[in-house]
Amino acid sequence: MSELTKILDQRVEDKVAMRDAYCDSLIELAEKDKRILAIEVDVANSMGTNRFASKFPSQSIACGIQEANALSMASGLSKEGFIPFFHAFGIFATRRVFDQAFLSCGYAKAPVKIIGGDAGVTASANGGTHMPLEDMALMRSIPDAIVIEPADTVTIRALLPQIAQADVVCYVRSCRKQVIRIYDDSAQFKIGKANILREGKDASIFACGIMVHEALTAAETLEKEGISVRVVDFFTVKPLDNEMVHDSAAKTGAIVTAENHSVTGALGSAVAEYLSENIPTPLERIGVRDSYGEVGDVPYLMKRFDLTADDIVKSVKKAIARKK
Amino acid sequence: MKPEFNDLRRLAADVRINTIRSLEKFGSGHIGGTMSIADILSVLYGRVLRYKADDPNWEDRDRFVMSKGHCGPAQYAVLALSGFFPKDWLNTLNRGGTRLPSHCDNNKTPGIDASTGSLGQGVSVACGFAQGAVLKGKKHITYALLGDGELQEGQVWEAVQFAVAQKLDRLVMLVDDNGKQLDGPTISGEISLVEKFSSFGCEVYTVNGHDVAEMAPLLEKIRDGAGGGKPVVVILKTTKGGGCIFSEEKELNHHMPVSAQDATRAVNEIERRLAAGLLPGGESQ
Repeated sequence: MSELTKILDQRVEDKVAMRDAYCDSLIELAEKDKRILAIEVDVANSMGTNRFASKFPSQSIACGIQEANALSMASGLSKEGFIPFFHAFGIFATRRVFDQAFLSCGYAKAPVKIIGGDAGVTASANGGTHMPLEDMALMRSIPDAIVIEPADTVTIRALLPQIAQADVVCYVRSCRKQVIRIYDDSAQFKIGKANILREGKDASIFACGIMVHEALTAAETLEKEGISVRVVDFFTVKPLDNEMVHDSAAKTGAIVTAENHSVTGALGSAVAEYLSENIPTPLERIGVRDSYGEVGDVPYLMKRFDLTADDIVKSVKKAIARKK
Repeated sequence: MKPEFNDLRRLAADVRINTIRSLEKFGSGHIGGTMSIADILSVLYGRVLRYKADDPNWEDRDRFVMSKGHCGPAQYAVLALSGFFPKDWLNTLNRGGTRLPSHCDNNKTPGIDASTGSLGQGVSVACGFAQGAVLKGKKHITYALLGDGELQEGQVWEAVQFAVAQKLDRLVMLVDDNGKQLDGPTISGEISLVEKFSSFGCEVYTVNGHDVAEMAPLLEKIRDGAGGGKPVVVILKTTKGGGCIFSEEKELNHHMPVSAQDATRAVNEIERRLAAGLLPGGESQ
């Protein structure tokens, strides 16, 4: 349980964009498996999958701007034995087509892979209409579905083959552009198992996506103040790694969750549900609180919605203060 | 009546009778839409579809999607009559633990290819089946049965645009044009269904959806001549509740209680009309 996953000493922006890592991995999978299909809804150039279409024209299906048909259609392809990857901006991949994801894919047991780009505040200049702050909450409510938010390119590359193999609906919430790279190339990932990135005894921070970097930064700040914090990457939001939640609660006695998402319905909620039923523990949740998105650059929006490392530092202290 | 279609008329009568009896066992159900499609189901399962009842997932079978998912009970009747599962399953309709839920479920019922019930999605799933056949180089045909009210769903027209763009010419969309929806007459505007589907680029036919002698040759022709580059649409002119006397008598007949007395009266009338050579709705042929 307490084994550390190897991360980089210096965390800097990756040279490779998340969408390119995704497309590279999809191409690698398709080279070995002709069942892999890319379902396009007129955002291949934005989502980075245009290279897939050039390489495997017959495995790329351009539907145009019609997410509902495309996703139900993908369910039919899945029932025919194919492995369709449906990708769109996060809001169009989830909120717009929730009934299609729920019924055509989930209920019908058609394990379509749904990839949403522009996680949370990274929708940035596209603003409130395009900012998915509830996508993981929606997808988490689909029975048996897997919900994943990778922190970096190493994670998405490692997980994509597992996602392709999964026999349930998967939702992967990713970013399109470059993000801070967290992991060493040797890092291992398994769907449903959280990775400990840093060990500590006073509190634990559970993060996913771009908040993993913020969590590590917060832990470094706290260390200077003599507070020792465990940092865990919960790249699988569902199924939640309950063992990790339990172990961290038992060993550190205070938990902070950090997600680039509404605090309702995703990582913070899942952890709260587990803790309250099994091992009541002081919990503070970092995330967007009952707000719509808006335009702004990412640093602005992270401040606007209290998602920064400084916010995490404050929450960790608050959680520790609540320990009995 | 052309006698060579008597087997299909008998099957259609049995689809109605078994549907009515299964709804009677439960006490109520979607009588209107199940009755209007009994004849097309008889034509499909009695003559047109290629399937193996003892191997419902046979790779080369024709696919069938009940896009108007609430009419599952009529399909269950024809599936049971065609040997997909024992007829006594029909007595379990909608009971807890049944394999025959009111809306079609591809994980519960042999012979059901798609889970439907949220209108508009089934035809898209059918597009996926048809696209899958293209990718696999298979020649089977995918049929989707839609309601005329269902055509109000925007997703249907997304699917039609997709099917036309992808040249899914082994996709056959059957529209049960019974003129009514749950709340009353079908809301549709001035432009006819033929014009709508033709303008989107489909090959469109219109038939009397209660006349097996008209439908069977057309559907066989479509099946055997498939591959013309366009998705096919067949508008079935039907009467909602047609062929079931107590639903014919009621204006709002989408979902109705079905008593034992109703059922027996309807079954007797079906047998009487069949013997007298009358089509559902009382028109003679």
